[in-house]
Amino acid sequence: MTEKMATRDAYGKALVKLGKENQNIVVLDADLSKSTKTANFQEKFPERFFNMGIAEQNLMGTAAGFAAAGKIPFASSFAIFATGRAFEIIRNSICYPKLNVKIAATHAGLSVGEDGATHQAIEDLSIMRSLPNMTVLCPADGVETQAAVEAAASYCGPVYIRLGRAAVPTLFDKNYKFEIGKAVPMAQGKDATIIAVGMMVSEAIKAKEILQTEGILVGVLNMPTIKPIDKEAIIQAAKETGAIVTVEEHSIIGGLGSAVAEVLVEHQLVPLERVGVMDTFGESGKPDELLKKYGLTAENIVQKVKKAINRK
Amino acid sequence: MIHAIEFLEEKARNIRYSIIKQIECAQSGHPGGSLSAVEILTALYFEIMNIDPKDPRNANRDRFVLSKGHAAPLLYAVLAERGFFSKEELPSFRKINSKLQGHPDMKNIKGVDMSTGSLGQGFSAAHGMALAGKLDHKEYHVFTLLGDGELEEGLIWETAMAAGHYKTDNLIAIIDHNQLQIDGYIKEVLNPEPIKDKFKAFGWHVIELEDGHNIEKIVDTLHRAKEYQGKPVVIIAETIKGKGISYMENQCGWHGKAPNKEEAKKAYEELGGIK
Repeated sequence: MTEKMATRDAYGKALVKLGKENQNIVVLDADLSKSTKTANFQEKFPERFFNMGIAEQNLMGTAAGFAAAGKIPFASSFAIFATGRAFEIIRNSICYPKLNVKIAATHAGLSVGEDGATHQAIEDLSIMRSLPNMTVLCPADGVETQAAVEAAASYCGPVYIRLGRAAVPTLFDKNYKFEIGKAVPMAQGKDATIIAVGMMVSEAIKAKEILQTEGILVGVLNMPTIKPIDKEAIIQAAKETGAIVTVEEHSIIGGLGSAVAEVLVEHQLVPLERVGVMDTFGESGKPDELLKKYGLTAENIVQKVKKAINRK
Repeated sequence: MIHAIEFLEEKARNIRYSIIKQIECAQSGHPGGSLSAVEILTALYFEIMNIDPKDPRNANRDRFVLSKGHAAPLLYAVLAERGFFSKEELPSFRKINSKLQGHPDMKNIKGVDMSTGSLGQGFSAAHGMALAGKLDHKEYHVFTLLGDGELEEGLIWETAMAAGHYKTDNLIAIIDHNQLQIDGYIKEVLNPEPIKDKFKAFGWHVIELEDGHNIEKIVDTLHRAKEYQGKPVVIIAETIKGKGISYMENQCGWHGKAPNKEEAKKAYEELGGIK
């Protein structure tokens, strides 16, 4: 019954809207425009679309040049190539001069599926978060993606937007307002808080519902901005519920779990459990099979919540 | 020519002096590849480029990207000589709290059009600027200076392929072909030759400049490059690493080494004495 949409599809739609509103928007891709959905923009505004071919370093360097000349470039590829292959260009040519480049990377995480480990970026949040001047976003559904893409275009400076291949349940209605740096409460609780990001937000809500049937009341916090992270919301959740579980379709090293741990250790120490890819590579398989095998399920979240509560 | 050749040669002498002074003060920096492109940048900033030190961010200006960013002392010397900032700032090069970072930082230095330092990246960004200019039907050109050793970077060829594909004819690359890189002769380290044939194959118009220290010929070549339409243009300029300081010429050991007091004194003497 729930409506579903892939965040990459929402990105394609958002680009077309932005392209109509702002002549300064240009879009660059690296031979994946049909997959990243930048082809939607190309169809409407061919003169402002630049296919850089299978050359991600030059994709990012060219985007930097466009930004230095006053344009607002959106550069897209798969997350593994955008952040991995082109890392040092993003660091030195985009972040160091704080140029107004938006990197919208799709096919992040295990839910890429059959392509396997080489194509499953599970460290992109970690490496993008480590860069000074970089803002890191990871929206949970199609509605939030459109809002996040618009917010990124309005903000002046480098932004990384992590998007997925698979269709995910729509959680928000069209009146949803997105603000960079703000967590979004999805449910109130008293025993623990699940902080989730991206496609795992809907799984966190499922876990909350399972726990509710057992009389355990947990809050759910959607954290679409990984950097700058909403410290106040994390501290408040820790104070009110006394235990935190983070959930991300990403390595447990360096992403949401690490960002939340940093805040808790410095401000409000409470038991923390992290659900994510446990410092291992993925493999080929159907997205659902992969998420199950690697523990990215409501059932595993439920176990981790109980563990966190027991550690109080 | 806008200026008399003597005027430009005097500018080049001042710029060489400033390069040595900055590196001597910092006791750090790259003299060899800064000295090899003095005349090229003198020609660009005093004869060729449409720029105004009082309006350094004008949207219609010509751009220059120092892709071989380690030649920062050269760029700083030229910008100061051209009036973008005071020459008094030059001795702060590479020192703590200075605007004049070891490699050019566009955020803090007037006249620097792109932050560079990691080889290959300036070329790519210069191409992006050129594409933006064409998209907006602007008249400006984007000039970029590459090292010949820099041609070993993969990103150079990604960019060369893209500029050839898009026929980005407002992009003019100049290769400072001084034959040397840190570890020795480029031909021995990892030979990028034949450079001319490679760029031709990538869809570029190639101009060979036999004497990259003859300002008159450089100016003439740059005018021809600006007039050329339909393809990006690369000028392969034959230069001498360490040009103008006898003991630095053609010595890869002076790629990234500062002169001591005695050596600096000798350099100033060779340039015609301290002004």
